[in-house]
Amino acid sequence: MSKTVVPLHQVSIRFAGDSGDGMQLTGDRFTMDTAILGNDISTLPNFPAEIRAPQGTLLGVSSFQLHFADHHIQTPGDAPDVLVAMNPAALKANIKDLAKGATIIVDADEFITRNLTKVGYVTNPLEDGSLDGYKVHPIALTTLTVATLSELNLSRKDAERSKNMFALGLLTWMYSRPTETTEKFLTGKFAKKPDLLEANLLAFKAGWNFGETTEEFSVSYQIAPAKMPAGKYRNVSGNTALSYGLIAAAKQSGLQLFLGSYPITPASDILHELSKHKKFGVITFQAEDEIAAVGSALGAAYGGAIGVTSTSGPGLALKAEMIGLGVMLELPLIVIDVQRGGPSTGLPTKTEQADLLQAMYGRNGESPVVVIAPSTPKDCFAMAMEAVRIATTYRVPVFILSDGYIANGSEPWRIPGEGELPDLRVEFAHTEENFMPYSRDPKTLARPWAIPGTKGIEHRIGGVEKADQTGAISYDPTNHDFMVRTRAAKVAGVQVPDLEVDDATGDAQVLLLGWGSTFGPIAAAVEALRENGQKVAQAHLKYINPFPKNLGAVLDRYERVIVPEMNLGQLAMLLRAQFLKDITGYNQVRGLPFSTTEIIEATMAVLSD
Amino acid sequence: MTDVTLTKKDFTSDQEVRWCPGCGDYSILSTVQSFLPTLGLPRENIVFISGIGCSSRFPYYLETFGIHSIHGRAPAIASGLAISRPDLTIFVITGDGDALSIGGNHLIHALRRNVNLKILLFNNRIYGLTKGQYSPTSETGKVTKSTPIGSLDTPFNPISLAIGAEATFVARSIDTDRKHLTEMLQAASAHKGSALIEIYQNCPIFNDDAFIAVKDGETKGATLLQLIHGVPIKSETHGVIMENGSMKVVELSLVSESELVVHNANNPDPSYAFALSRLSASELDHVPIGIFRDVARPEYSTMVNQQIADVIAKDGAGDLASLLASGDTWEVK
Repeated sequence: MSKTVVPLHQVSIRFAGDSGDGMQLTGDRFTMDTAILGNDISTLPNFPAEIRAPQGTLLGVSSFQLHFADHHIQTPGDAPDVLVAMNPAALKANIKDLAKGATIIVDADEFITRNLTKVGYVTNPLEDGSLDGYKVHPIALTTLTVATLSELNLSRKDAERSKNMFALGLLTWMYSRPTETTEKFLTGKFAKKPDLLEANLLAFKAGWNFGETTEEFSVSYQIAPAKMPAGKYRNVSGNTALSYGLIAAAKQSGLQLFLGSYPITPASDILHELSKHKKFGVITFQAEDEIAAVGSALGAAYGGAIGVTSTSGPGLALKAEMIGLGVMLELPLIVIDVQRGGPSTGLPTKTEQADLLQAMYGRNGESPVVVIAPSTPKDCFAMAMEAVRIATTYRVPVFILSDGYIANGSEPWRIPGEGELPDLRVEFAHTEENFMPYSRDPKTLARPWAIPGTKGIEHRIGGVEKADQTGAISYDPTNHDFMVRTRAAKVAGVQVPDLEVDDATGDAQVLLLGWGSTFGPIAAAVEALRENGQKVAQAHLKYINPFPKNLGAVLDRYERVIVPEMNLGQLAMLLRAQFLKDITGYNQVRGLPFSTTEIIEATMAVLSD
Repeated sequence: MTDVTLTKKDFTSDQEVRWCPGCGDYSILSTVQSFLPTLGLPRENIVFISGIGCSSRFPYYLETFGIHSIHGRAPAIASGLAISRPDLTIFVITGDGDALSIGGNHLIHALRRNVNLKILLFNNRIYGLTKGQYSPTSETGKVTKSTPIGSLDTPFNPISLAIGAEATFVARSIDTDRKHLTEMLQAASAHKGSALIEIYQNCPIFNDDAFIAVKDGETKGATLLQLIHGVPIKSETHGVIMENGSMKVVELSLVSESELVVHNANNPDPSYAFALSRLSASELDHVPIGIFRDVARPEYSTMVNQQIADVIAKDGAGDLASLLASGDTWEVK
């Protein structure tokens, strides 16, 4: 039977199943196979906080969405064109998100009364006509997988566990992806478990062959490579890019990298990643708690290392006092907050941007820090180096506000050459007569980075207010006022790049202004609006404290400024306070990134206002 | 470093010492300033890190590097410094509130890891800087500003706590006994790993004479059970024997010298040092003084840096370009 191959420009696929079904792995593999073909990609993993939530329930559904295209794309896609649902729960939890007429591939074996009842289906959706608007492919994935592996000496349970590879093989065929990378991956992963290696390889190939031979599928698809700048590429998640950026910064500065961290979702992968790279001299210290994590980082910074701590919102709350000490000691300190839904424990595995004000003001006293925010997964690499540049130049705590969306999401990244990396070398204080630990560089207002082991500059510092120059304890009213203002002026004077505005026609009256991880959906919305003849400008803040120097002028240029953020208006509040500019907020805290459609609709409402 | 000859004066900073008149901290400071030159180390390689409380002002008065940090967190800051700078000699200065209440977590974890920190715990059994509330070492029933009809808390025994936290070196000394305190400081400094010295310290304002029993010339001889490695454990009037598997203090006149427990600070079994630590309670009838425990265990920062050195020796130093290009990559022409 000869099958038709249909060219497509883009597809969004969501793999969904139980949290134990291996959907994240399946999605990751499909992403890699796709990246190698040169498509542009954006991914969205979405999983429950429970490691193994009750099987077959809506609570336990884990999914991985992948958008790939023959052109530049910004988001994982609002509405998947394809859903792979490993059980009724996965179908029920995801059906509402699908595009009209979407393709649904389900494991028909799982659609038995017990599983249907568990998620509240009274009748079988595969039979009751409720999926009539969709292209449904009920496939006995479990039976087929078990039959494929019947020759092997495996328990039924172990055989069933390979059904995600069967599904992956099928999708690999359907979208004309290469098989070699997944085969190579499996060979590495199961090198020490030949039984499981054979099972996974067989299931994967059987899935591919099933697509090729069965009459269930008459067409497969092809998506041509996207046009991207020449170079060597890899796929990268935000947490990995952030870790690599820190290692690169250590190399470019000649300093040791020290991470003090306490495990917390969704930041733990930074600890895991950096722990792997001891050959770069990286020290990772899993501390007894969040406070010790940042405390050890500050101690390491005092000794001349790049001191970093990584956490999420609840951990940041615990670190507040130590960060205040960092402000007082005026030492370089990097604080990474991979934001998640709050308050309190909140939504550990879901994304949110509601720690902005905590980062800005969550300490006692006038306690200014630098706050920067990467905009996409790959941007985390450059922003990690920026954090090191600012922290070591100005000797100040620098916050990197990432979030669950870009931390776990991934996209292709053109690997920079070493010549493209910034020079981050620093100078420590030298031996000198009458050393003044709180003297300042007139340009940066930074005090000397005076590390132990340097003869003749022994001195004492602490959290008590210090006299200008000498650093001795001082309760003098005028001195305190001066020091508070000086610390504020130092942070306000940090050099950051001007805000770039993308105003295609130059006469837009509405500006969409975002920060952090909302870049993708906003950019996709702006693209779509312009295709529809709308005039909108876009700008994205990666530097929040201090703001870019031209921000006030940019705001003045537009009649209306819309700020979409995944909180109840925290950046909008800062903008109003600093610039007396009216801001139209667009706010959602659903634990999910914005969809492009939402932002288009919010913008249209303003445009037609 | 053998050519370094410094004096007490070299370790005295220009800051005016601001403790209350008669405070036990003065004598500890003086003893430490006299002791530091004996280390033979350059001043710039010594760091004192403290938390919050009266005792935590200590670093200001020493001409070394120093951080007066925040309440309870000195061991955490010091751990980060020790791990990244194993070339430094680091002391932690803390009090009973700082180390055992707000900072209890950091203390126990520094001890179990065996980070190379010398922790001097000034125990005055009271909160001084906040003007007289009971502390986690105050005796039950203590009447203070926050416990007007007596505290209900059971106190910590800092020595027992440290041993329970897997400490490799634990000792007790007294603020005014310069000779003994100096010996303890020397032994702690010679120990590779974390060392905790509990120092009984008098607060003349809020808890005066709390340790009179171990200081008064009339009583101290009978109260202090001297812990000297290889020597029977005894005071002038009492000794320690084993009875039914437990340690017990008895009058020397009732037993022969050969029945006394001969002190072994290197005993690998922590229950031995723990039993010793239980011989004294709040009432200070019989107080062991000296080194309870001094055992060898690999030091934490040495191991951390050894792991790194081993990986580099095996795989070579990291190459950034190959790290960035690790995993699956593809070329776009």
